[in-house]
Amino acid sequence: MGMTMTQKILAAHAGLDSVEAGQLILVNLDLVLGNDITSPVAIKAFQNMGKKEVFDKQKVTMVMDHFAPNKDIKAAQQCMMCRDFCDIQDITNFYDVGEMGIEHALLPEKGLVVSGDAVIGADSHTCTYGALGAFSTGVGSTDMACGMAIGKAWFKVPSAIKFVLKGKLHPYISGKDVILHIIGMIGVDGALYKSMEFVGDGLASLSMADRLCMANMAIEAGAKNGIFAVDEITKAYVKEHSNREPVVYEADADAVYEKVYEIDLSEIQHTVAFPHLPENTHTMEEIRNMDEIKIQQVVIGSCTNGRLEDLKAAAEIMQGKKIAKHVRCIVIPATQKIYLEAMEAGYLKTFIECGAVVSTPTCGPCLGGYMGILAENERAVATTNRNFIGRMGHVDSEIYLASPEVAAASAITGKISAPEEVL
Amino acid sequence: MEMKGKVIKYGDNVDTDVIIPARYLNTSDHKELASHCMEDLDKTFTQRVQDGDIMVAGWNFGCGSSREHAPIAIKASGISLVIAKSFARIFYRNSINIGLAIVESPEAADAISEGDVISVDLNNGILHNETTDEDYQVEPFPAFIQTIIANGGLVESIKNGSIQ
Repeated sequence: MGMTMTQKILAAHAGLDSVEAGQLILVNLDLVLGNDITSPVAIKAFQNMGKKEVFDKQKVTMVMDHFAPNKDIKAAQQCMMCRDFCDIQDITNFYDVGEMGIEHALLPEKGLVVSGDAVIGADSHTCTYGALGAFSTGVGSTDMACGMAIGKAWFKVPSAIKFVLKGKLHPYISGKDVILHIIGMIGVDGALYKSMEFVGDGLASLSMADRLCMANMAIEAGAKNGIFAVDEITKAYVKEHSNREPVVYEADADAVYEKVYEIDLSEIQHTVAFPHLPENTHTMEEIRNMDEIKIQQVVIGSCTNGRLEDLKAAAEIMQGKKIAKHVRCIVIPATQKIYLEAMEAGYLKTFIECGAVVSTPTCGPCLGGYMGILAENERAVATTNRNFIGRMGHVDSEIYLASPEVAAASAITGKISAPEEVL
Repeated sequence: MEMKGKVIKYGDNVDTDVIIPARYLNTSDHKELASHCMEDLDKTFTQRVQDGDIMVAGWNFGCGSSREHAPIAIKASGISLVIAKSFARIFYRNSINIGLAIVESPEAADAISEGDVISVDLNNGILHNETTDEDYQVEPFPAFIQTIIANGGLVESIKNGSIQ
């Protein structure tokens, strides 16, 4: 029986000729990731395992991004614990304030993940690197500790859903709209325990930023991983960012998929996920027929949409305009490199001139950490990935998930709006 | 593995942000995490939960973040077992890894009501509802996962060399 792309990567990393869905295997890892929230728990577990040294100091990475720069004393203690551990273990890729960025934007940019890798991260959005044609999935802290100790993780081999993309996105529509559309279609557990494999001619029109954004939200459909077929765009990105040689895996022609969806990218519209689940999606056309949805905050950033292309899209819409009164617009470039490039390109100037604030890279408000917490009954449009109850602050606040284009337009009008309304 | 407890029941898609809100993730202290468990969904949980109680929920329990703080908070609250129609995958593996007992059973999750008393024989895969005198059969875990559970979690499994 043929294997999916994910199954091929898993088989190769488990030293097996073939695997099939449901099989439990131990997989050799190319990279083990943790952040300032999950790593302290993992470090304790690692110590309890009786291990003295990590399996490979170049294959363990920690990124201080969630509550860093330290938001309070407890967060500072947690970052210190990570810093001390990485110092003692001589971890090559430890990223603290000054070098850090939001982990899932940072690792591809630093070239730490290439096509064909098997990666675990103690962060649910680790599935982002599937955009590069890697197997990559979120795990917990104890799995991270196990990864650090023996360089392996246990997995149940997933079955898969195939998404065949065709056509081309319209202007001002981006990867975020595609993935929100898909989650709206299959639901927040529509791909539970499964792989989401993205293939087809339509890939040619999706930038690496679009793909990273889409793979990032595979977890919001319950998926184990999201993965894109490797093409010239992937190869060019990997070559530009990494010295490591990518390994290209392709699904077998007779690979078995539980379902196959065909998606015409030219039919994707602006899509917004309403509170309190990413599956509660509405198109802008539907929203236009509703009472207007006034907002008090806009967040443009996160591991989902904090890349240079996202900031460019937002800046082009906001250029020369003013943020609506009573709206706070918070822009967070995802890494130091993106920050610098956005500055040089003039995007940050655009944001500041129109009344937005620009923050240093951090996960901050996405998970209700800091840097933009919502009060009771407040509403935000956010380019982030989750709109659960209380996710960004008060238990009676609301988050609408959208693309950078829709978020930028909404910041200008003060209500959920399409970019075409302000251009 | 046997246990018995009173049921506290929730619905579908209980996410890790309501199990333990991120504002409390600046600590990994088990007791402190337990003191805020379920806070954004059910303010009464921490007052009424008793050692051994059983949590029952619908589809996709534990969806969202990978935070192991979520099963840790539930376990440290005194919950002995979570029964759900289905679990989000990271929560599922985290529970196994830290030794929080979980059971996937749409049938049991539907039939059991808030306040029912359930006795559990996990080795034989039997849940007995003492309140309604009903039995529910559940699937045993695969052998590999049973090894982790038998060792008391992944930390011990690595420590004693049963996984290497």
